[in-house]
Amino acid sequence: MASLRTCTRLANAARFTPAVWRRGFASVEPIAATTEKISASSELVSEKKTSTVKEPAPDKDSKIKTFHIYRWDPDHPDQKPRMQSYTLDLNKTGPMYLDALIRIKNEVDPTLTFRRSCREGICGSCAMNIDGVNTLACLCRIPTDTAKESRVYPLPHTYVVKDLVPDLTQFYKQYRSIKPYLQRDTPPPDGREYRQSKADRKKLDGLYECILCACCSTSCPSYWWNAEEYLGPAVLLQSYRWIADSRDEKTAHRYDALNNSMSLYRCHTILNCSRVCPKGLNPAKAIAEIKKGLAVTG
Amino acid sequence: MHRLSGLQRDVLSLYRQCLRSARKKPEETRENFRSFAEEEFRQHKAIDKKDFSTIEFLLRKGRRQLETYESPGITNITR
Repeated sequence: MASLRTCTRLANAARFTPAVWRRGFASVEPIAATTEKISASSELVSEKKTSTVKEPAPDKDSKIKTFHIYRWDPDHPDQKPRMQSYTLDLNKTGPMYLDALIRIKNEVDPTLTFRRSCREGICGSCAMNIDGVNTLACLCRIPTDTAKESRVYPLPHTYVVKDLVPDLTQFYKQYRSIKPYLQRDTPPPDGREYRQSKADRKKLDGLYECILCACCSTSCPSYWWNAEEYLGPAVLLQSYRWIADSRDEKTAHRYDALNNSMSLYRCHTILNCSRVCPKGLNPAKAIAEIKKGLAVTG
Repeated sequence: MHRLSGLQRDVLSLYRQCLRSARKKPEETRENFRSFAEEEFRQHKAIDKKDFSTIEFLLRKGRRQLETYESPGITNITR
């Protein structure tokens, strides 16, 4: 498709080039030759004798939906953020929001900026606020009700890099602060692998699937107000993932690091995190488990 | 001189930080760093002082740039 488009563009360019400067591109030449005939001056036809060319009527069963998308350009920082509207025919668009965004970027407005990668909910790049709910654009179906207009914003309470791209530096910094890796001092007994019983492995289910898309953290009001110190549901879920890991030997250290009024206890069980998680995980439960663990040990 | 607002003081303190870290660079390229910082600030001189969101954004951007260019691995800077 893209290559085809460049071809037509080339042809258009060739149409307006005087014959002297035209170069013989094998693929372009035939089109350029025919256009030359058309562009040769012809008698002026009076308006009465011409017919009006109608604009192509929209397809009868086309489903036109309007998308309002948040736009902000860092190259013009003095211009305020604005909403831009795009209309798409849903029959020609894929079923998910990401398909619509990609189609807008490809066919309507190439300046629209967003993160995307796997288009199947594995990478967590395309997290954004769609119709008021944080979710992954690649996992969110476009409602077929065309009467309702869709609104797409970047993740709430994040600094915006551009359009729908949020600045997650702080989020990643917090993730680094919980040391998300296996910490051990003793070598494995057989000198080969750190083994785990099936029951121990089972404890990690519902934790290891987290893709760190930041949907839950940015939906948490408590995190909005205390993003500097409160770790937020996503990072706490990861923290619990390492606390629950039977192979990790620094569990006490991990508990210690969370045992203050800000890091963990800013969770007021609002449960927005569990409600929005696009992977269906339950960060609130993980936080509750950490609190339970601290109540028992501390 | 009139009293500066908090934001104005933030901007000035960032500018001073830039000049200070420029002084830690090798002597031959020090001037490049200094003029780069100066130019970055001059560019946005005309911004309305009440346009807080823009100034805050530029401050954040500036701090991030400073953090990057401060690293001792970076020895020269050009436009």
